[in-house]
Amino acid sequence: MPLSYNFAYLDEQSKKMIRRSILKAIAIPGFQVPFGGREMPLPYGWGTGGIQLTAAVIGPDDRLKVIDQGSDDTVNAISIKAFFKKTAGIETTEDTERATIIQTRHRIPETPLQNGQIMVFQVPIPEPLQFIEPKKSQTVKMHGFEEYGSMHVKLYEDIAKFGRIATAFDYPVQVHQRYIMSPSPIPKYDNPKLHRSPAVHLFGAGREKRIYAVPPYTDVVSLDFEDYPFELEKWDGACAVCGSTDSFLDEIITDDTGTRMFICSDTEYCQKKSGNTFS
Amino acid sequence: MTRMPENSPQPLLAVQHLSKFFGRQLGCHDISFAVSPGEVIGVVGESGSGKSTLLNCIAGRIKPSNGSVFFHSSEGMTDLCRCDEALMRKIIRTQTGYVTQNAAQGLKMHISAGGNIGEKLMAGGMRHYGQIRKMALAWLERVEIDPERIDDLPATFSGGMQQRLQIAANLVNAPKIMLMDEPTSGLDVSVQARLIDVLRKLVSGLHLSMVLVTHDLAVARLLCHRLYVMKQGEMVESGLSDQILDDPRQPYTQLLVSSVLKP
Repeated sequence: MPLSYNFAYLDEQSKKMIRRSILKAIAIPGFQVPFGGREMPLPYGWGTGGIQLTAAVIGPDDRLKVIDQGSDDTVNAISIKAFFKKTAGIETTEDTERATIIQTRHRIPETPLQNGQIMVFQVPIPEPLQFIEPKKSQTVKMHGFEEYGSMHVKLYEDIAKFGRIATAFDYPVQVHQRYIMSPSPIPKYDNPKLHRSPAVHLFGAGREKRIYAVPPYTDVVSLDFEDYPFELEKWDGACAVCGSTDSFLDEIITDDTGTRMFICSDTEYCQKKSGNTFS
Repeated sequence: MTRMPENSPQPLLAVQHLSKFFGRQLGCHDISFAVSPGEVIGVVGESGSGKSTLLNCIAGRIKPSNGSVFFHSSEGMTDLCRCDEALMRKIIRTQTGYVTQNAAQGLKMHISAGGNIGEKLMAGGMRHYGQIRKMALAWLERVEIDPERIDDLPATFSGGMQQRLQIAANLVNAPKIMLMDEPTSGLDVSVQARLIDVLRKLVSGLHLSMVLVTHDLAVARLLCHRLYVMKQGEMVESGLSDQILDDPRQPYTQLLVSSVLKP
């Protein structure tokens, strides 16, 4: 491998700066730490935040897994894996249990995470209060003074309009009884996986230049009302491929007459469960 | 001029020597007055006389250059200009309401009427949707808005309705004082009358204090117990409303009173 790049693309000073922000983020769970986001060789919105975090924490012995919409083999997942293979010469994997770092766009793997693993999330909109208060100067103060009541206005609007809390992804959570955090666009199905998770969860927003984190074994509680408690999505059927009834299912339209099937969104979990190895 | 009202030894709000300069430009200068619980104070004067600047200083929206704003909260008499910002924000949020001339500034236009009323309740820690809903409906009724419209956006409301909604959204968490910046301007006369009617009922029913900034002397006479007249950032005259309006002493006040058109 011709080493024309520094290990993992970013220069050491930049990685150091990002690591400092990560440490601060871990010390204050859920708090958004600004960092000097670098230009990465991919457009904003494709995972520039996540890729910088991965570059900052990855070492030569790490095994990297990248998922996009729960899938290991979509273009973005494959490209990011190839990027780190080329610039860091590290091993990549699709196996959740073997991976030491998992970069993700929309999902937390169904296979339970273990202590020592690092989840890296690519975050488009880090500020959960943006819907209520568009002014950044104000949201900073609202976080600082813990003025979070208006966060429920969004949930109120959902119930008033749809009769239930219709927010299905990026469902706001409170971390360690303090900061309200946007868990990136993961489905609310994955929110409980963050609660007291043994793994480290790092969130990077490249465009907004913010890093936040959930350290291992930290309380992560989804917001709700007393009379409208937090609920998970449910499906009537099981996965058409592996028969799983306890994973997040994607609905797939198979023809023009409305025939549909449900299959696991986590491809690695599905393959393992069905005993298939496609790749 | 800054005599405390005799009937109440402890004012709810006491403004002392408040000044605000915008660079070399004078906003308001050396203003002092006190508001007792349940008292309605009017601040009148022409445009640019510093009325809104004064109100914004009291509401903590701009930082005064000099002086103090004392508020009688559960923590005792607190100087909002010098206390901890967290405490100041808490007092402002829980014990004051602020109604703007332009409802679009005071309301969240992309959130339903019910959500706008419920926001302060949720900010106060209420986490029961049914209760929030019930209170929102009750308040819509109190400000004479059809409860059917609870899920409509304020943008679909008329100007008068928006203003009444803004008042409901500010009163729902039972603040001690309402700060109002020209609440009736920009509304036609019959709508104004209805708004004033609603306000009078609420003020007397809730034993609410109010600082009302207006250039409309008729509104001031109907609602206010006492009036303060401002001119070029300074307080020029103060007294009981009827006394000021019927027997103005200062030439500026005489001019102000005589310049009102009578149909």
